[in-house]
Formats: sequence, C-alpha cells, structure tokens
Amino acid sequence: MIEARGVGRLFGEKRVLHGVDLDVPAGGFALVTGPNGSGKTTLLRICAGLMRATAGEVDVGVPRERIGFLAHDPLVYRELTGLENLELYGRLYRVVEREVRIGMLLERFGLWEARHDRVSAYSRGMTQRLALCRVLLHEPDLLVLDEPYTALDTQGAELLDAQLQELHGARTFLVSTHDPERVERFASTRLALA
Amino acid sequence: MRYAADVGALARKDLLLELRARDTLPSMLLFVVSVFVVFHFSLPAGSSDVAASGLLWVAIVFTALLALGRAFVPEREQRVLDALVLAPCDRSAIWLAKSIATFAFLAAAEVVAVPVFALFFKPVSGPMLAGIVLADVGICTVGTFVGATAVATRARELLLPLLFLPLAIPLVIGGVGASVGGDPARYLGFLALYDLLFALLCWAAFEYVVVE
Repeated sequence: MIEARGVGRLFGEKRVLHGVDLDVPAGGFALVTGPNGSGKTTLLRICAGLMRATAGEVDVGVPRERIGFLAHDPLVYRELTGLENLELYGRLYRVVEREVRIGMLLERFGLWEARHDRVSAYSRGMTQRLALCRVLLHEPDLLVLDEPYTALDTQGAELLDAQLQELHGARTFLVSTHDPERVERFASTRLALA
Repeated sequence: MRYAADVGALARKDLLLELRARDTLPSMLLFVVSVFVVFHFSLPAGSSDVAASGLLWVAIVFTALLALGRAFVPEREQRVLDALVLAPCDRSAIWLAKSIATFAFLAAAEVVAVPVFALFFKPVSGPMLAGIVLADVGICTVGTFVGATAVATRARELLLPLLFLPLAIPLVIGGVGASVGGDPARYLGFLALYDLLFALLCWAAFEYVVVE
C-alpha cells in the first residue's frame, strides 16, 4: 500500500526528514514514533498527499479519496455545527446513504446530542471525536492518524481503541504517536524517527 | 454535475459561515460608506465627474481587499484547507466556490455603496454598472487566487495587497474607461476578456497553490 524510498523534506535550509524508507502492506499498521521535531507529521503529510517530498519517492497505492487523514488540528469549521461539518464532507466525498452513516458515527462517538451545536461550543475532546467521525465518514482504505489520542478522555480513547480493533487488518494504518504502548499491539511495521 | 454540486456545497458553506460570524460584510459596508463620506468632504467643490468616477473605483478595490483578506480565514484558523484539498472534488472547486462567495459579499456591499455614491457624487450610468459587475468578477477570481497564495505565508496581510493591487490595475482602467470613456463597449469587452483569461489561469493553477 505505501512504499517510500529515501524520502526527505527540506524547509528552507532546515532538513526535517532524510532518507526515510517505509513499506506498509495493505492491511498493515505502521507505527511512527520519535521526539518532537523528528518529522513524524511531515512524513504523514507527505504520505497523505498534502506535501511534496523534496527527495526520494512515495507511492501510496490508493487515490486521495480513499485516504482518511487526522491531523493535529481537527480540520472542521468552528462556526458550523458538528452535523453541518459532516454533511459538508459527506457531500464532497459522495458518501452513499450519507445521513445514515453520519448518524451512526455521531452515535458511536457520543456526539448525537450535540450534533446541532456549533463546534466552537465543543470541548477539545468532543472536537477530536468529531474529527474522528470526519476521518471515518467515507470508510477510507488508508487511515493516516497523527497523534489520534490527543485530547481524548478515557471514554473517547476507549472508543478509538475499539474502532482501531474493528478496522485492524481490514484497513491500512499509518499512525504517529508519543504514546506507542497504546497501539503497540496493532503494529506490524515500526518506524522510529530520530 | 458533480463539479457544480461540489462548488455549490462549498459556496453554501462560505455563505453560512459569514451569516454566523458576520465578520466580513458589516466591515465592508462600514468601510465603503465611510470612504464615500470622506471623499465627499475632501473632494474640492466643482470637481469633475471624471474624478468622482475614479473615487468609486478606488473604494471598490479597497473594499474588495477587505473581503479577500478574510476569505481564507476560516480555513487558516483550523487548517481546514488540508481536509478540502484531500477531498475527491476538483481542487479548483474550492477556488470557484470561494470566488462566488466573495462576489456575493462584494455585490451586497455595492448594493448599498452605489446608491450612496450616486447621492454624494453623480448618477450611475448603465455602462458604469456593467463595468462594476465585470470588474467584480475579475476582482473575485484573481483576488481569491492571490488570497490562497498569501494565506500560506507568514506575511499574508502584507502579501495580499502587494500581489493583488498590480493585478487589479487593468480592472480599474477598464472600469474607469467604461464609466467615463466615449466608447464604453470597448472597455467592457476588455474587462470581459480579462475576466475570462484570468479565470482560466486561476482555475488551472489553483491546485499548485494549495499543496505544499
């Protein structure tokens, strides 16, 4: 699914990534670890197609509509409601039976009652749950998750654990985290960036 | 059809955001009316209609800059542009939807501004109105493209006017020509050509602006 050879990225003169190789087969789970500034987010953004590598080659074997990307920021509009945000993405991703799928995700992530509230009124944890709904909405083949447990409370983290467990093996994952113990049991490939 | 549906969904979202936040349109209205009041008192008595027409175009361009400066703020604040760029829609749909929303804000400001101009300075002719509409199209298409370029940089507030104003000069020339020139059709044709040419360029190049 993902084949990366000698991937590097420069920001001006600053080298953030250098010579990274990564192979993740379809259905695999790649765990990317490393300290702050080691290039985890940059690598994930390159694999998601949001950034171009300045060296090396990356081949992600799926079109961009089959990628689900969870970033540091939730990538939702604060002045829209949770439901409106998912409606927008559902339309753009041409999700079939959109309303049913959105309702199911909102229920699963405990946001059904708050669906008509603006995201600006959500807590950080609720916003992260909404971001997870956004990522899962179009049932992507490749899930690129950058620090997915950020801001989640115990219940939210358990929901995400259950989701990862359910999709493990059926989807391909590229996950960066500062807390590798949490997802270690899923990992089939490990990449430690220095 | 899908392209139109994507543009519709994105433009509707921009209009809804403005309806909720009310950041852009009230500022534009206040600004453009204030500018006309200042011009009204600063323009010497007996000044020509030609000078007054020039002031209208100065006011329109700078009012548009307010809208263009705000156009990508919701996307920048939450980095939502990343999610839009990843969506399977044609990336130019993001630019077109944003241009349509900006056009709507500018047109709404002009619905107030043009009668105020007529009240303070001179009546507005048909060719002048046509010139305003055509110039608005160019302002919004080019300005939205430039706004997307500027939003990725740290000096975005500085970069937007620096990039946009030189590109707006032909629009001002065409607009003033259509307002006071002896052959408005020629200037309106020039504006339409500018709109077509730059809309095509922006449509084709937008993808390269939004991917780092």
